[in-house]
Amino acid sequence: MDGLKEKAWRNDAEAKVTGRIRFTDDIKLPGMLHAVPVYADFVHARLAAVGTAAAAKSLGVVRVITSRDVPGSNRGGQILKDVHVLADDKIRYHGDVVAVIVADTRDQAIAAAKRVRVLAEPLPEVLDPEAALAPDAPLVHEGHGTNLIHRHVVRRGDVDRGFAESAHIIEQEFRTPFVEHAYLEPEAALCAVRADGIVEVRGSIQHPYSTRRFVAEFLGLPLARVEVVGTPMGGGFGGKDDTAALVCARTALAALLTGRPVKMTYDREWSMRESYKRHPYRLRYRMGVGADGLIRAVRCRVVANGGAYCSVSPWVTWRSTVQCCGPYVVPHVDAEVSSVYTNHVFTGAMRGFGSPQVNFAVEQLVEMAAEKSGLSGVEFRRRNMVRRGSTTVTGQVLDGHVVSLSQVLDRVLAASGYEEKLKRCSRGKGEDDYYGIGLALSYRGVSLGAEGTDVCAAVVSVQFDGSVLLDAGIHENGQGAESAMILILAEELGVDRGRIVFRPYSTSSIPDSGTTVASRATIMGGGAVSRAAAAIRLQMAGAVAAEFGCKPEDVRFAGGRLVAPNGRDVGFTEAAQRLYRDQKYPYALGVFPAPHVDWDEHTGQGKAYFTWVYGCQAVELAVGRRTGRIRLLNAWAAHDVGRAVNRAALLGQFYGGMAMGAGFGLFESVGMDGGRLRSLNYDTYRIPRSTDMPEMTAIILENRDPLSPSGAKSIGEPANELMAPAIANAYYHATGKRRCELPVGGAK
Amino acid sequence: MKNAASPPLIVNGRPIRVSARDKRKNLLTFLREDLDLTGAKRGCGIGQCGACTILADNRPLRACHTLVADVLGRSVTTIEGLAAPDGTLHPLQQAFIDHGAIQCGFCTPGMVLAAHAFLMKHPEPTRADARRAIGSNLCRCTGYQQIIDAILAAAPSYRK
Repeated sequence: MDGLKEKAWRNDAEAKVTGRIRFTDDIKLPGMLHAVPVYADFVHARLAAVGTAAAAKSLGVVRVITSRDVPGSNRGGQILKDVHVLADDKIRYHGDVVAVIVADTRDQAIAAAKRVRVLAEPLPEVLDPEAALAPDAPLVHEGHGTNLIHRHVVRRGDVDRGFAESAHIIEQEFRTPFVEHAYLEPEAALCAVRADGIVEVRGSIQHPYSTRRFVAEFLGLPLARVEVVGTPMGGGFGGKDDTAALVCARTALAALLTGRPVKMTYDREWSMRESYKRHPYRLRYRMGVGADGLIRAVRCRVVANGGAYCSVSPWVTWRSTVQCCGPYVVPHVDAEVSSVYTNHVFTGAMRGFGSPQVNFAVEQLVEMAAEKSGLSGVEFRRRNMVRRGSTTVTGQVLDGHVVSLSQVLDRVLAASGYEEKLKRCSRGKGEDDYYGIGLALSYRGVSLGAEGTDVCAAVVSVQFDGSVLLDAGIHENGQGAESAMILILAEELGVDRGRIVFRPYSTSSIPDSGTTVASRATIMGGGAVSRAAAAIRLQMAGAVAAEFGCKPEDVRFAGGRLVAPNGRDVGFTEAAQRLYRDQKYPYALGVFPAPHVDWDEHTGQGKAYFTWVYGCQAVELAVGRRTGRIRLLNAWAAHDVGRAVNRAALLGQFYGGMAMGAGFGLFESVGMDGGRLRSLNYDTYRIPRSTDMPEMTAIILENRDPLSPSGAKSIGEPANELMAPAIANAYYHATGKRRCELPVGGAK
Repeated sequence: MKNAASPPLIVNGRPIRVSARDKRKNLLTFLREDLDLTGAKRGCGIGQCGACTILADNRPLRACHTLVADVLGRSVTTIEGLAAPDGTLHPLQQAFIDHGAIQCGFCTPGMVLAAHAFLMKHPEPTRADARRAIGSNLCRCTGYQQIIDAILAAAPSYRK
């Protein structure tokens, strides 16, 4: 019955399964007030006045806050400071916050919010991103001078020559919709000004340092006077960055102005109205293929709907640009990926970060090209896929690690019985429900790549009794990051994981290590932990090496002991105590700066990422002949993760990523009515339920990466970026119809 | 007293005094704010996500859609009441841990209670049964597979 090889473990499991763990809204502070946001029913409008008098007189209201109350800068943003934290000059989308009500109870604040009067003059709405680029289009941000947020390119070789050399040309347009992260916990913040004057911020966030910057700038305080304290988060998936930081900033201001702790917990409807989404893409591709079945050229024009604010659009679209041709060798490339302001809800980071959209296009395009070339999709991919020593479309030579694309493909083909099942696909024929199988392949640059400063810190402090405190600049998003850090440290120090305590996060105790996104927690955080552990080992071994008659580097750490090559040994605790007695601390800061990358923005050439991961997923499905309803039957995934640190948690990333990818493929789409969202809760935004999912098979490949100190790489996003194109390909094999617009099952 | 005749509300085996004002309260708010039992979560407020699932006389109930008055006289179990008084985890809770069924943990209390109610009635489920049993509880992290593993692994402990 119980086929468990090894019991799963994570440091927070018991607290979570007993309900003891406290998320932000579960915490109460003495004297705490409640805040709620106020929206205005405009999509694009010139703001004339925010009338707060009636609201201020409502029962229980302590304070009504508008942009006039902001002591610092009312402009926020990680790349462009274009977010008006509280609307001042204009309303730029339906989720802009015009005021915050602070009251004794949440119900009182909600009641008062309805009494805020907003006077505004409607402006022409900019809703279509391509129309937004017309010279006479109204501007979302007049100061920016254009609605173009950013444009990335890849210019490689000579595409005209490439197309001239091609025997087949494939042209296709693809579209993807707005997608909601749908984390189960809506945004929440709890802020208080401590007696020492420090503004303490708790919240449902995944980027403590970005949150600290947003709060500090909004309040006009130095970073050191704002402390973001680690608080359990109920899911993020990239979505608890900008919006979550804005919620914290407004709540912190409420605490500052009232002198009392203030909690702001979002309703689902507010969360969906205000929070950023995954970018809708419109992708136009032209691919040329030679008579030998080799891709000669790709031209693509991709437009991403950025919505009202920049957020991280330039970074999201950069990844799309680097990975615009999928994991294939293409000698001639002309790619442009643009992100554009509109008056829609803004768009930003979401698990996958620009890859789910391009993969949806490219992994169908290669099958279309294969068909024209008279090859199977698998054979076409084999001929064109990157291998060790291949040059990517940005000119990066893939070396220094195992390029395991053919390995992941082979494993999925074998596990799924793909080739046999492909022959049985209905292709739109037969009396029964249609049957199909499909797959998709990807490579993915690890961590942030050439667009961001990529460095992470960890502090390890061995206590006098041999117990160990670990502090790392990585946020527990629910994925088990803390547990992974603990396991890596336990292995490095040769001690039982039970000795190690992961310290609750504080931005005041560990250097800015960036954001816990980009599937970088294990490789970057693990790298920093490994380096801190190496320093600790040298310190502790140094205390006993002379006595052992060996060099500190030669002392091994295993089984809770320090062991010399000649067999002499001492307990880990004893060694720590000797250091303390020598007036030294077994204490180390480990820093892992990401290895060198480079990028030329004008040509789109460079070493974009320091290493890559490779993955393949396949899915088997049935399509109702009459109903058109798609039912998933089985799914497989193979990913090269470098090294498995925590097997059960790793499998959880596989399955969870596949499920989210299946939702993206099958039915997820935020309903839009002009600039107003029709999907505001789980009744109008459908995410996969257990009954929507098939049994999943996870195949873990471990090719340790020499550039990762712990050997481990990434899984969070790779697992999420392949199911949609696999579904689209399976749907095609089932019905004979190409679905070039997501969701494949059709939007509601 | 006006409410002296009311049958008591039993929460995790303990009788709770309920005022006339309390009776009109939303059950989830009452549990979280008045009793400080914060294990049940508000994920959607419209009975769609199941994060607020509690048990009333061992049947799953959406606390976000229930008034305190509706559960008077019934025995309410929240996630805080599932482990033994000495803190020993219920076998189902242990199975969730052992099978990696927990990620962010926000859906976990509701998921565990929905599975618990199901297993009390169906102690010999198939995999498909277990999958259907949690069909009303959303999870965005796990893809449900390890939750189903955990439910099946705990099932033998219900066969008594």
